Amino acid sequence: MTGTETIAKPPTTGGTRPGGGRLPLARLRDFALVPAIILLVVVGALIDPVFLSAANITNVLQQQTELALLVLAEAIILIAGKFDLSLESTIGLAPALAVALVIPAASNGLGTELPAGLAIVLCLLTGLAIGAFNGLLILRFKLSAFIVTLGMLIVLRGLQIGITGGQNLFDIPPSVLYLGSAVWLGVPASIWISGTLFVVGIVALGYFRHGRSVYAIGGNTDAARAAGIRTDRVVWAVLMIGGLLAALAGLLMTGRLGSVAAAQGDGMIFTVFAAAVIGGISLDGGKGTLFGALCGVIVLGLINNILTLAGVSAQWIQAIYGAIILVALILARLTSGKAQD
Amino acid sequence: MTSHEQIARSAAGAPAAEARDVSKRYGATVALHSAGIAVRAGETHALVGRNGAGKSTLVSILTGLQRPDGGEIRFDGAPAPALADRDAWRQRVACVYQKSTIIPTLTVAENLFLNRQSGRGLIDWRGLRRRAADLLAGYGVDIDPAALAGSLTVEQRQLVEIARALSFGARFIILDEPTAQLDAAAIDRLFDRMRELQSAGVTFLFISHHLQEVYEVCQRVTVLRDARHILTEPVEALSRDELVAAMTGETGRALAEGVARPPVPATAPVVLDVRGLRLAGHYDGVDLTVRAGEMVGLIGSGSSGKVALAETIAGLRRADAGTVTIAGTTPKPGQVPAALAAGLGYLPQDRHREGLVPLLSVAENATMPIADRLGPAGIIAPARQRTTAERMIRAYDIKTDGPHQPVGDLSGGNAQKVVLARALANDPRALVMVSPTAGVDVRSKASLLGAIGAAAAGGTGVLVVSDELDDLRSCDRVLVMFHGEVIRDVPRGWTDAELVSAVEGVEQP
Ligand SMILES: Nc1ncnc2c1ncn2[C@@H]1O[C@H](COP(=O)(O)OP(=O)(O)OP(=O)(O)O)[C@@H](O)[C@H]1O
Ligand SMILES: [Mg+2]
Repeated sequence: MTGTETIAKPPTTGGTRPGGGRLPLARLRDFALVPAIILLVVVGALIDPVFLSAANITNVLQQQTELALLVLAEAIILIAGKFDLSLESTIGLAPALAVALVIPAASNGLGTELPAGLAIVLCLLTGLAIGAFNGLLILRFKLSAFIVTLGMLIVLRGLQIGITGGQNLFDIPPSVLYLGSAVWLGVPASIWISGTLFVVGIVALGYFRHGRSVYAIGGNTDAARAAGIRTDRVVWAVLMIGGLLAALAGLLMTGRLGSVAAAQGDGMIFTVFAAAVIGGISLDGGKGTLFGALCGVIVLGLINNILTLAGVSAQWIQAIYGAIILVALILARLTSGKAQD
Repeated sequence: MTSHEQIARSAAGAPAAEARDVSKRYGATVALHSAGIAVRAGETHALVGRNGAGKSTLVSILTGLQRPDGGEIRFDGAPAPALADRDAWRQRVACVYQKSTIIPTLTVAENLFLNRQSGRGLIDWRGLRRRAADLLAGYGVDIDPAALAGSLTVEQRQLVEIARALSFGARFIILDEPTAQLDAAAIDRLFDRMRELQSAGVTFLFISHHLQEVYEVCQRVTVLRDARHILTEPVEALSRDELVAAMTGETGRALAEGVARPPVPATAPVVLDVRGLRLAGHYDGVDLTVRAGEMVGLIGSGSSGKVALAETIAGLRRADAGTVTIAGTTPKPGQVPAALAAGLGYLPQDRHREGLVPLLSVAENATMPIADRLGPAGIIAPARQRTTAERMIRAYDIKTDGPHQPVGDLSGGNAQKVVLARALANDPRALVMVSPTAGVDVRSKASLLGAIGAAAAGGTGVLVVSDELDDLRSCDRVLVMFHGEVIRDVPRGWTDAELVSAVEGVEQP
């Protein structure tokens, strides 16, 4: 009988999955999109030799900077286990309000005609204030982040239309245009800015205690609180940073396009979420990396560019782009093996 | 004995931790009513009481997670720090809470050093993993610090929590039901560690529903009942029956020997049939059958593979080879809904993760599997749901404000009873239960085991997977698993020593 055997084999560490090895699976998932990016670059180069030209690459990247900043903001908020749908309205309202406060009433301004130099500061402060207000409703009044920011999405868009009378603003002060149009060392400033902010974000969330606390909160808020993390304060800060980044994205977009459209940012939030989820950010919180999110942005940018170069008709591009995003989501689901609920 | 000397010496001084006249209400529920406790420096103090008596609430107040409505907390005679000053609290008291405080999406190393990964500067991940490995090794825990905490077993996660609580260097440590989900060997390791720390001057507050553990490691015991402090005595001064009487407020024996049951006829149909089941790294070549009306126990140490086997039967895992047949049909392997549809009832080991929807009410949680029977065409008739739930609350002795209370607000043991009520709700043909009475108080344990016995008498085939000998006494036979194989089939009438030595893999002479 086997029962006579008294020498036990060493206790197996039951749950630790074998094969995880030194390089944790999570680390590998960060790079899951790199092959997809390479594949897209090859496809792009085959479709049109222009694709690989420095001008086109720069163009692709610059167009993605605003989306990238929104995804950066949304990714941090999602990791903290919250939601912010209102980012797509902040990107329009923040620059619109700032510009309206400095330009004359004749140009659809509010008539206050504050010094034009203040515009950038006003824009960023607006973003911060929106994030703080979201935080107030979500944390103090314990409302659902989803419904609060959905409401804010509509309210903020409405405010922008109210302030500007539904008009696009064209009389933009040069200070506001600068960041979105300047070129530093041969590369658009907006690319420098977005790239730098991503690096800062990756380092902060990967290597600093406060950054890690965002993951802890998203993973298990009670446990984070028990460990001494001031959970409300951190989430509030994250929401304010989100608003700030969205306002900055608004500045970049305004500078790139030379005006503030009444519908600036309208409909962007789907793309923002798609990029984050394709990049491996979990809607449940606590999971995913900013590097992954950045890869998600680049994938979507490349797809968009390839569709344009391939000459897909303008009437169809939106439907096809949306469908491709859905396919990408399905692929991301299959490769990560985890439900995206 | 050093520990006794220390107790004697410090008995004159201020208690290491003290709660005076502490009250706490949750809405209509009074969780603590002017209750108090004084833990002397150097002792291991037991805190016992029935499910919902207020033990965990007292713990959350003693660790500064909740503000009491009234009363005060003192450490070494000095008033407790402000609630916002978490660091000051953590230097005075460390705690393993009843609800897991592990963050599944982070690595083991990061969980161990949560919110103290580094000083001000960058986190040195390599160094952090090394420190984590040292810490775990010091506690004799063999877990890879780089693994995701979510991939650990229940026991491993708890060991991580214990190691973390100990690592703060606090001199006062609270353990809220640490043994509820550990097997015998792990419990022994924990107790050895506690004794070691105690002789180094560490004070413990220890909560458990296993009263023999109270006698094993504790010097004094405090009993709470219905939110009130009942008594504090040295353990030698109280017999087991007196302790149970203090907890329940009535005298009487704690637990029957195991209910006598009529023998199961050999003609009874087989409702659970496992053939040649194998899962690499867990178990190999397992055969077992359970007949209608039969109660079969399954015991084994943590590494025996018994929980993995139960999870495979329920469809949570997929075996590499072999078949599971439930009431004559073979459900698609690795799929919980298929197993349930075939007539299986399942009580998972980890109720926090798999058991309940915390925000839904007791009634909704308990009646979930029978929702289609509560009204026509998928409509749930609220009145019928309520009466069904009320019947369950009575039958399983669930302490709650009523069927409408969210399950997340119940005490640990009472939430456990809701899971059990649900597993039994749809009269399953075969029922698999993992540690059905973990975290349940002595009196409720008897009524839960009674309910399980009644289910078997009604024709359900029951497989009880547990380390608790009390859970297994009513079983017609007990299977012993050792390193992934079923090595013994012990009929009713075993002695404790016989079963325990079989579990350890030692042949009885
Ligand atoms: N957050 C909450 N909201 C509402 N009621 C609560 C909450 N937490 C606890 N309670 C109630 O307070 C009472 C005491 O609960 P507590 O968790 O302290 O019990 P316990 O003694 O630890 O029981 P167990 O042995 O089952 O863990 C219970 O009736 C419970 O329902
Ligand atoms: Mg409790």
